[in-house]
Amino acid sequence: VRVVQGDSSYYGYVDGHAEEDLLRVAGSAAQALRGDARGPAPVPAAERADGHAVRVRPEEVEAARKADLLRACDEHARGLASEVVQVRIGYGESRRQVEVFNSEGRAAADDRTRIRLSAQVVARRDGRVETGSDTRGGHAGWELIETEPEAVAEKAARRALTLLDAVDAPTGRLPVVVGNGFGGVLLHEAVGHGLEADAVQKRASVYAGRLGDQLADPLVTAYDDGSRPNDWGSDGIDDEGTPTRRTTVIEEGRLVSYLYDVQRARKDGVESTGNGRRESFRHLPIPRMTNTFFAPGDATVDGLIGEIERGLYAVSFGGGQVEPATGDFVFGVSEGYLIEGGKVTAPVRGATLVGNGIEALAAVDGIAADLEIATGYCGKAGQSVAAGVGQPHVRIRELTVGGTAS
Amino acid sequence: VSELDEAARRGVEGALDAGASDAEAWAEEATSRRVRVYEGEVESLSDAGGRGVGVRAFVDGRSGYAYGTDLTEEGVRDVARAAREAAEAADPDEHAGLPDELGAAPVEGLASPALHDWTTERKVELALAVERAARERPGVTQVENAVYSDSEGSVALANSRGFAAGYHATQAWAYASAFAGEGADLMTGLGVGLGRDPEALDPDAIGGEAAERALALVGARQPESRRCPVVLDAFVAASFMGFIGAMLSADAVQRGRSLFADREGDEVAGPALALADDGTDPEGPSSAPFDGEGSASRRTPLIEGGRLLTFLFDVRTARRAGRATTGNASRGSYRSPPSVGTTNLLLEPGDDDLEGLFRQAGDGLYVTDVAGLHSGVNPVSGTFSVGAEGRLIEAGEAAGPVRELTIASDLVSMLKAVRAVGSEARWVPFGGSVKAPPLLIAEMAVSGS
Repeated sequence: VRVVQGDSSYYGYVDGHAEEDLLRVAGSAAQALRGDARGPAPVPAAERADGHAVRVRPEEVEAARKADLLRACDEHARGLASEVVQVRIGYGESRRQVEVFNSEGRAAADDRTRIRLSAQVVARRDGRVETGSDTRGGHAGWELIETEPEAVAEKAARRALTLLDAVDAPTGRLPVVVGNGFGGVLLHEAVGHGLEADAVQKRASVYAGRLGDQLADPLVTAYDDGSRPNDWGSDGIDDEGTPTRRTTVIEEGRLVSYLYDVQRARKDGVESTGNGRRESFRHLPIPRMTNTFFAPGDATVDGLIGEIERGLYAVSFGGGQVEPATGDFVFGVSEGYLIEGGKVTAPVRGATLVGNGIEALAAVDGIAADLEIATGYCGKAGQSVAAGVGQPHVRIRELTVGGTAS
Repeated sequence: VSELDEAARRGVEGALDAGASDAEAWAEEATSRRVRVYEGEVESLSDAGGRGVGVRAFVDGRSGYAYGTDLTEEGVRDVARAAREAAEAADPDEHAGLPDELGAAPVEGLASPALHDWTTERKVELALAVERAARERPGVTQVENAVYSDSEGSVALANSRGFAAGYHATQAWAYASAFAGEGADLMTGLGVGLGRDPEALDPDAIGGEAAERALALVGARQPESRRCPVVLDAFVAASFMGFIGAMLSADAVQRGRSLFADREGDEVAGPALALADDGTDPEGPSSAPFDGEGSASRRTPLIEGGRLLTFLFDVRTARRAGRATTGNASRGSYRSPPSVGTTNLLLEPGDDDLEGLFRQAGDGLYVTDVAGLHSGVNPVSGTFSVGAEGRLIEAGEAAGPVRELTIASDLVSMLKAVRAVGSEARWVPFGGSVKAPPLLIAEMAVSGS
């Protein structure tokens, strides 16, 4: 139960649906307020949002079939090379039914099914140990997982095996080509968080006051889109009942929108963009990304790499972190290669990309056409939500690479 | 007998009645409050309560888990039956089971009655005082967050071997995040304080720390790449120790996911370094009389004189290794079964104050914040490269602030390169619950321009 007055929120929750507990929480949240009582608004029946198609309900698939699929992935990864010493395959499914009501007459419902297959492989050779991982997931049913699940295990294994031959990462300022799919975590961290309206309104974002500014090359367009069918970060409605939608945040290099929940939108006199999200009923909704990605361009991957004399090809990241107030970010490169003479050469390990979001965005000078959305969990204010990160291959003119090579 | 004790007892009985050969039930009730203020006003105030019971049922070496929030007789029976059913689907694990030795350590002062003397208004006042303390420092441009939070919880654990015990604990903490400088020069700083009740929190110290940490970084530049001595402040040392503690879990070791596997008895750190896990420290936020499966809490030295003494075990990992549990079965809440985890990690303080560490470093780097620790450290190989900020150390004294740099090494090399341990240890709520002093590392790779 959330009570909002001006910029203040009063919030309470209980586990379970016992009426006396619910009334006690509502009373306690309302007690914090001073002012005139207001009669309750009529609450209509919740209207179910258009969901994302789920062809085969995961809970209806027998546990034994799921176990077989995990074993098949495990065996496949182990069979790839004798250096594969550990394989961990994870499967998760969740179904969440949500209803949201508010005193302005909003009554919305959503039925959310998420499914995810993950693989983590450890490879060892001569005392050297490396890990590789991959995941596949979506707001979808069993159909997403049952087609070639071994491909997920294989990708994880290949990454671990590749790293066994990796050389120490270079150090210094280099051109960087960032891979598609999970490479989009860079956009998510370095730009996306700074566009969330709570940070902007507190002037805790480098993007505050920059609406309308040309921040990037005109070839750069980026979206947040929680309505993309079956993507990991998609829902029918957000967690305040606002239908999800596509929001253009960067249009041909110009910053055109922030990401809003209801409370922050009201403050700026705009509509919510459907980004009011929360981990569960135990958390207050705050502006969060859904699926955030660069729009495809017309370059080719070979073209982006071919023009680089010496650089880094960062295929995938182990994760990243950003300080939204300054835009300073750090990303650990989990799979990376040297680029030498326009060609991808040796794999590198231990590379870290360090930089500043607004500077990195301005340094994007090429975008390929191969858009892909990957599965991430995004943490903010102690809340974790499913967030789709993605992009086509993107080239950044120059970034600081913190390596391990001396 | 409290409602929780009763629920735990019923959980065990219900599982046995449903055919379990052994059973355990963890019942819990928790309430928490959080006040967040911004620019002199309450931004959010939340009041949360939760309770539930989680039951583990063992059948022929298989174990099943289920939980629920309905603590009535019927509700608990349903949970117990579900746990018994879940055991059917599990693969057998010959090492799973209840502890052979059950017990509870006497741990004083887990709960402070003073928490109840504080009204919500006073807690709001405390959060506002933290914000004011940060804002008042000249040069602070904004306080992004000032938060007061507390929690109070009760636990009851029972099992079919006759264990029945419980405890009650309180926590209070506050933090603030301050900004100094403007535009591209804007820097942030964090201040924190924690204790058993709000009396233990000094708003001036917490707000002041946030301000001072931000102000110290104003004007930071990217340093040149170098290899040099590095002083990690207590926050940063604690973050690294939290990471190391996770890798000392026997579960990580047995899964081949720890670089410390097969290293028991080896020199893994400089001789000055001593690290222990202690679930009985009266100040420790994670202290309790017993762990998540009813083994008595204790102090377990992990590294002494630079030598790795033991890993952390729960019953299952201990049986698998032919060892005894160290009382490290940890439980996030009634919603999850126990798994190996640290309680409170204590890094033994040394003799040198911070200035003394700077003098020994000579020319080097003082790191006051790291970013990307979880993505930047490979838990298996231990190699890492993480973003950092702080100050240069020149001729044994703190000099200009630096940012946009990374520090790189591997965890064992870093531990072995620990040359001195600072004398001023403090509790830090990052990386779990850690009490750490600053550390001087003889050499690390610093990447900048």
